[in-house]
Amino acid sequence: MTLPHDYESIPGTYVYDAARGRIGYPLNMFCMSLNKEENRRRFKQNEASYLDGFGLTAEQRRTILERDWLGMLRVGGNIYYTIKIAFCDGLTFQDVAGMMSGVAKDTYAQMMLAGGRSAEGNRYKDEKLPEQDRG
Amino acid sequence: MAKIVAGIASSHVPAIGVAMDRGTTDTPYWQPLFKGYGPAREWLAKLAPDVAIVVYNDHANAFSLEIIPTFLIGVADKFPIADEGFGPRPVPAVVGHPALAWHLAESLILDEFDMTIANAMTVDHGLTVPLSVTCGKPAAWPFPVIPLCVNVVQYPPPTGARCYKLGQAIRRAVEKFDQDLRVVIYGTGGMSHQLQGERAGLINRQFDTAFLDGLTKDPVALSKISHTEYMREAGSEGIEMVMWHVMRGALDDNATEIYRHYHIPASNTAAGLMILENGSSA
Repeated sequence: MTLPHDYESIPGTYVYDAARGRIGYPLNMFCMSLNKEENRRRFKQNEASYLDGFGLTAEQRRTILERDWLGMLRVGGNIYYTIKIAFCDGLTFQDVAGMMSGVAKDTYAQMMLAGGRSAEGNRYKDEKLPEQDRG
Repeated sequence: MAKIVAGIASSHVPAIGVAMDRGTTDTPYWQPLFKGYGPAREWLAKLAPDVAIVVYNDHANAFSLEIIPTFLIGVADKFPIADEGFGPRPVPAVVGHPALAWHLAESLILDEFDMTIANAMTVDHGLTVPLSVTCGKPAAWPFPVIPLCVNVVQYPPPTGARCYKLGQAIRRAVEKFDQDLRVVIYGTGGMSHQLQGERAGLINRQFDTAFLDGLTKDPVALSKISHTEYMREAGSEGIEMVMWHVMRGALDDNATEIYRHYHIPASNTAAGLMILENGSSA
């Protein structure tokens, strides 16, 4: 067991810690393989067969094949790794950030131009509770 | 004797490198950011340091999850540019400074900082974007570079306080080197940003401004910010700012801020740049 983590009270955030590291290794190492042009070509040719060699769980495979970016984080994906799938698709960090936060590309881009997502109201999962009672 | 003459803090947003590589820095989106880099480039060209130590993090390029060094120093004479998943950036390869790098490795380890030593490694945008930001697009980088990597990809990164102390140890080591070299040290990453989850896009100008102010005024207190506070206040990837403390620890207590630039947004990130000079040696 690792120690309890006070960052778990932060909403909409998947810290790549020991627990996620233990389940995410095969998924992230598949992503790492996409740093090589030859592997990107093979992945694009036949995604399902390319994934066979990495020891992925069924759910990890599904999230990759369906480009379920949030789902990948829930099964141990690390954003610096999973973004390499997006690069393969010709997407940017901002495209994927918009998809993870559930808004249209233009809406997300406008939010960033207007100063980004405010920390106000986004610090704790339940902002209504008094500080000592938050997760 | 070698001497650290100045510190540079800079964000290393990959999109900043892409804008330079594609020549889109004059567009309305990018122009306000790049305009603020001009004075820093002029200052650095005039300073003409002999070598730079660049503190940065690798982003799943030189290193994977197979082996995760908390602190690593590159001692090679050349560092090729990494393919990060869309081909290498079209920038010059980075030339190292093996003599000073090996001296640092040896001194830091004997000073109780247990460095990993890399004889062969590529470098990614974490290192090359701050060079581009401060040097523009030269045919070759104007000085040799010693890469010093800090893990911030796998939680937990080293604490800010530990990073600050590493900076102090780097300074002690540099000052024991037997050649007259004028050294600059870069601390890179940040500022507030979150690239992942439903909370992606978080920016905190108030936190960043206080951080920039504290870097000069009270760096020891600043180095005690906890990991959770970085993530809660400055976004999960804002934790990269621990690397700025390495730079700050290597400077004089009373180092002087001579330039700052802050702009929102660079893609998903609040981009910050700060230059600090050691009073007696500029």
